[in-house]
Amino acid sequence: MAKITYIEHSGKPHTIEVENGLTVMEGAVQNNIPGIDADCGGGMACATCHVYVKEDWFDRVNKKNEGEDDMLDQAFEPKKNSRLSCQITVSDEIDGLIVHLPTKQI
Amino acid sequence: MRKTDALIIGAGPTGLFTAHQLKIIGLDCEIVDNLDKVGGQCIELYPDKPIYDIPAIPECTGEELTKNLLDQLKPFNINFHLGERVDELKKNDGNWEVKTNKGKIFLTPNVIIAGGVGSFEPRKFSPKECKQFEDKSIFYSIKNKKIFEGKTVSIFGGGDSALDWAVELSKNSKVNLIHRRDEFRGAQATLDKVYELKKSGKIKLFTKYQLKTVKGNGILESIDIEHENKEIKNLKSDYVLGFFGLIMQLGPIANWGLNLNKKTVEVDTEKFETNQKGIYAIGDICNYPGKLKLILSGFHEGALAARACFKLARPNEKYRFEFTTSSKKIKERLGVKSD
Repeated sequence: MAKITYIEHSGKPHTIEVENGLTVMEGAVQNNIPGIDADCGGGMACATCHVYVKEDWFDRVNKKNEGEDDMLDQAFEPKKNSRLSCQITVSDEIDGLIVHLPTKQI
Repeated sequence: MRKTDALIIGAGPTGLFTAHQLKIIGLDCEIVDNLDKVGGQCIELYPDKPIYDIPAIPECTGEELTKNLLDQLKPFNINFHLGERVDELKKNDGNWEVKTNKGKIFLTPNVIIAGGVGSFEPRKFSPKECKQFEDKSIFYSIKNKKIFEGKTVSIFGGGDSALDWAVELSKNSKVNLIHRRDEFRGAQATLDKVYELKKSGKIKLFTKYQLKTVKGNGILESIDIEHENKEIKNLKSDYVLGFFGLIMQLGPIANWGLNLNKKTVEVDTEKFETNQKGIYAIGDICNYPGKLKLILSGFHEGALAARACFKLARPNEKYRFEFTTSSKKIKERLGVKSD
């Protein structure tokens, strides 16, 4: 179980507990957190679960998957700390993770 | 005005197989798709990626699946309207009148939305000031490459489109190629060519840069690009091209008075009908308890929606369930001999 904080573009934070093994995207979708669309359902076939991982957390979450950057090229305003939240797996190690949501997904 | 028993919106696998189901039971149909080719997400997103969960096909790519579905439609004469988006839908004396962005009008009792996750549109630049130059100096696709001759063109993107056009336009234009990271995702051969052209000075390459702003008074003059480390460079540019791939938007469907749940359309599981009589939603775009976004689910949904279409298209006839193995009528429609 990990406590994850999703911060909307407006600055509004949502902190929830997400079960180990789920993805950061699934945590958001299951808890109706606005700002994560996840059109493809976690298949790394779109870029609509795009998040910015808070800098000090970037190296602590699991590494990018092959092909993830290819999808991020197509995201709205990708940055150095961009990730697809469907590719970040939740575990005890990322308890306290903070991710920022982009202005929009599409 | 074109009259048809059913209009299918979306030529992805679900739309294609539904056309087959309609024709098998003796209804005609027409298909509209915003893309300029059939196949939907299968072709646009993953033409080369193998799919492993199509019943009775252990492995096939999106491209092969599309080809097979088209082969299955060969016995039938079906009109495709590609590169057209359905914009308006209104009631007309018990039928639906549907208008495309190119002004084509369909009159039909049945509209089947097989729109996947919406229509594909190019991802655009995010700075707001880009909008005023769109289709004048900023483009997301190229219709006439002649306009770039002798000009300075800044190309953004890291995929095949960006690389191909950088190589092509470098023959007669000054080309800047800008990408947000060092790795490109295009074909290696094209990438080698780009590096070669960079060496010979034909292409200027800027990686880890993104578009910050565009400048010009009516006519584009220059652009600012920003490095990951916040450093800004100004590049003189006559034209800017953005190739960031396609995004999917629900588009005009959102305005048709359908019950929406996020970006999906709510349907029943008997007819896959929406809250509007005669409008159905199938495949990835529909939503009901237990919905799976699998191609095979789209096939099932299409088969049932097609039967529901029969009632509205042939109100005075009774639909009779038949198997393709034994029905003489179906074999006639397929153009195969009966035993």
